[in-house]
Amino acid sequence: MGAPLVLLLMLFLVYPVGQLLLLSVYGDNGFTLAQYRQLFASSVYLDVLLITLKISLVTTLVCVVTGYPIAYLISVVDKERKTTLLFWVLLSFWTSFLVRAFAWIVLLGRNGVINKLLISLGIISSPASLLYNFGSVLVGMVNALLPLAVLTMLSVMENIDRNLPRAAATLGAQPGMAFWKIYFPLSLPGVAAAGIMVFVTAIGFFIVPALLGGRRETMITQLIIDQVQQTMNWGFAGAISVLLLFVVFIVFAAYDRLLGLSTMTGAAAPRNAAPSRLSGPLQKAGDALLTLLGAISDRILRLLPSRRRGRNPDQAGMGLQAFVWIMLLIISAPTILMIPLSFGSGGLNWPPQGFTLHWYETVLSSPLWTQAMLRSLLVGVGTGLLAMLIGTPAAFLLVRSDIRGKAAWLAFILSPIVVPRMIIAVGLFYVFARMGLVGSAFGLILGHTVVAVPYVVITMMAVLRNYDTRLDHAAQSLGARPFATLRYVTFPILAAGMMSSFLFAFATSFDELTIALFATGGLNATLPKQFWDEVTLQVSPAIAAVSTCLFIFMGLLIFVAERLRRRAAAR
Amino acid sequence: MVSSSLRIHELCKRYGDFVALAPTSLDVAKGEFLTLLGPSGSGKTTLLSLIAGLAHPDEGRILIDDADVTHSPAYDRDIGVVFQNYALFPHMTIEDNIAFPLKMRKVADAEARRRTAEALETVRLPHVAKRYPRELSGGQQQRIALARCIVYRPAIILMDEPLGALDKKLRDQMQLEIKRIHRELGTTIVYVTHDQEEAMTMSDRICLMNAGAIEQLGTPADLYFRPRSVFVADFLGESNLLSATVRGVDGDGLDIVLAAQAAPSRAVGNGGSFAAGEPIKVMVRPQNLVVGDAGGGGQLAGRLSGRLLDVMISGSLTRLYIAPETAGMPQLVAAHPTRSGAAPYEIGQLLSLGWHAADAVAIRDGKGI
Repeated sequence: MGAPLVLLLMLFLVYPVGQLLLLSVYGDNGFTLAQYRQLFASSVYLDVLLITLKISLVTTLVCVVTGYPIAYLISVVDKERKTTLLFWVLLSFWTSFLVRAFAWIVLLGRNGVINKLLISLGIISSPASLLYNFGSVLVGMVNALLPLAVLTMLSVMENIDRNLPRAAATLGAQPGMAFWKIYFPLSLPGVAAAGIMVFVTAIGFFIVPALLGGRRETMITQLIIDQVQQTMNWGFAGAISVLLLFVVFIVFAAYDRLLGLSTMTGAAAPRNAAPSRLSGPLQKAGDALLTLLGAISDRILRLLPSRRRGRNPDQAGMGLQAFVWIMLLIISAPTILMIPLSFGSGGLNWPPQGFTLHWYETVLSSPLWTQAMLRSLLVGVGTGLLAMLIGTPAAFLLVRSDIRGKAAWLAFILSPIVVPRMIIAVGLFYVFARMGLVGSAFGLILGHTVVAVPYVVITMMAVLRNYDTRLDHAAQSLGARPFATLRYVTFPILAAGMMSSFLFAFATSFDELTIALFATGGLNATLPKQFWDEVTLQVSPAIAAVSTCLFIFMGLLIFVAERLRRRAAAR
Repeated sequence: MVSSSLRIHELCKRYGDFVALAPTSLDVAKGEFLTLLGPSGSGKTTLLSLIAGLAHPDEGRILIDDADVTHSPAYDRDIGVVFQNYALFPHMTIEDNIAFPLKMRKVADAEARRRTAEALETVRLPHVAKRYPRELSGGQQQRIALARCIVYRPAIILMDEPLGALDKKLRDQMQLEIKRIHRELGTTIVYVTHDQEEAMTMSDRICLMNAGAIEQLGTPADLYFRPRSVFVADFLGESNLLSATVRGVDGDGLDIVLAAQAAPSRAVGNGGSFAAGEPIKVMVRPQNLVVGDAGGGGQLAGRLSGRLLDVMISGSLTRLYIAPETAGMPQLVAAHPTRSGAAPYEIGQLLSLGWHAADAVAIRDGKGI
């Protein structure tokens, strides 16, 4: 059952990436290290690597530190407010990186909202240049990756028994102590998982530094793009890819050594998590640090005016709520501000002037845009179906059967998430070029399926784990043959889960730029590619119109997915 | 051993329009074992959370040893709580779990170690100190939760359905264990359960709750033999409830007439005040229903006849289900100790039923007193 998936990954992940890596050591005259000599000859490339690491590290820190309170609040509030909070996080999560980065260009521009606001407040007298520096890249990166950090930490926090901090309180722990000694250690696997997910994604980013950064914020993936698009130097692109892969590998190795990779899938709830591998003096130091943090927070809490009277101890503090809403506003507002701008006739300056549908007409009458929309829908649906078709049987296999080396298989299936997307994209481009698949929808569907299928497998595995197999046994005992059992019992119950993993795959493809960057162009372009081509040429209100459409489309998609999920839950 | 009294005065908790706990007053004496019993949603867990300081009341006061703790945070109350699912900290060893409250109280390390070992001795699990909670069985986790609670000698221990997740045999064993620890430590215990048998076995007094208020408070025998409302009679054990009308009152005895029957009968007044002409319910416990062949039972206070519908043997008791001949009277159940040999009666046989006046308890019709 897992054969199609293995075949897909071998052909369109292992083979292309392997090819690319081989190209880095094979020149026209056989084995050569020339590419690597060039790589280390000057400090240029290492500097880029250092900048990449610096940007990724700071992004990770900011995302985890600001994401933690958001995830915490979502995990403790009642159902209704949770749905609201989660909607905004998910909306941001699913809004294209491109749309969000573009929104920040507009927002931070000379005549953008921020400059206008600062001038009207009298803080500055003339527009400051807020774009194309480290700060703007950081803002863009954090905006892009904060939702990922929140969702990763949330999956762990939701599994923490809410009675534990309460138990600590009855045992004599003050709030600060209860948090640092009980809640925080239990949430650490989530923090670690969020940290590594954000870091690895950040390392492979190119959209944000390309759009919001200056020359000094060039990241390593941008170098790979340059090598492929401008000089067609496959060998050197391969050498940079090796360097990037090497860094990612080291990060994962360090993570595994410290915490164990099994904590990463989030499947390991803290309840079952192995005791931390930190042992002996390190653990003692950690424990002492937490005790100290607890004591300090309780000291600070005591200084605050007592508001405990009549307050439910379970309720989150006003300060926390305010912080979370401000953060959600910051990550959602840029895209929302695109909406009025897209109807304005005065360009992208704030405040919007007049009302016109001109930009929407421009977009809809342009064959480039309409073709791109159709193309993206086609590729998205194709990817969704193919990923389902290939991923679901594999998930069945992993959950239901006792194959050997399950962990290794899972790691293999999840590898498309871990390997930087750019490396997959360049490798695929190389292989597709020789197979004549460049520019074809089919090739693109294959490529997108490679990166979407891990999500399908994870989602379906979660769904299958919750599925009560006794229902199948019941059906069989009532006389249903295996196929009838699948048709009348298993699939109807799994339908909602399958639908949501289809949507996940669809959305992944619909928003995918990296693979589409090389494999498409002109009238073959997908929507993200067309968006990218436009936005790198000029920043026009037409793009704001497209952003608005994309934003609303994604909002509707999340809404539908949520409705489906709830209907499934209500059954 | 330390032990405190607990006084609750007009305590009240609402969630929006929903009254989780109507103004309620309750006194628990030093060293008493009091059970809060009731169906789910009756307010017993709400009351427990309020006492523990895990929820805040809208009105009323909580006093421990006459000191007002209504607004004290949970960590200042010196109350121990054993949670329903134990709430053992999964990232700490058993030893660290038990030592946690001592650490919070800044007890010196050596002393903490000694007391931890002692607590593990008390719950008879000295060998699991270095293990993690998930490595223990449900029953063992339950004991550890208990050990973590008694180790710092709280003046009052609250238990929220602590045995709910255990199977029957283990539950019986743990009931004895908890009673033993209660005897040894002399701590005041407030215990929540929805299991009436558990409440009867363990408690000095039972506080039966219904719809956010106390329905009846008293010893297990009080509640069982002298229920003050139909709800109490129904909730604790099986009962036969018959409609009747009061004819006259003398002392604690009542002259009554069963509905749809002309023959006069007698019932115990149960401390309540009844007036002639008042409609009441009369409760007769199944084991007090005397069954005989038709025509027997001359000296009994109540007398009916009915047909045997079914016989069920459940271990030590045999239950007879009987449909009275009188129209409109509900099906009755009689119980007697199971004896070996053939069943004395046949299904469909006409039987005479009766009870002694002392076993018929008058209850106000409708809600309690």
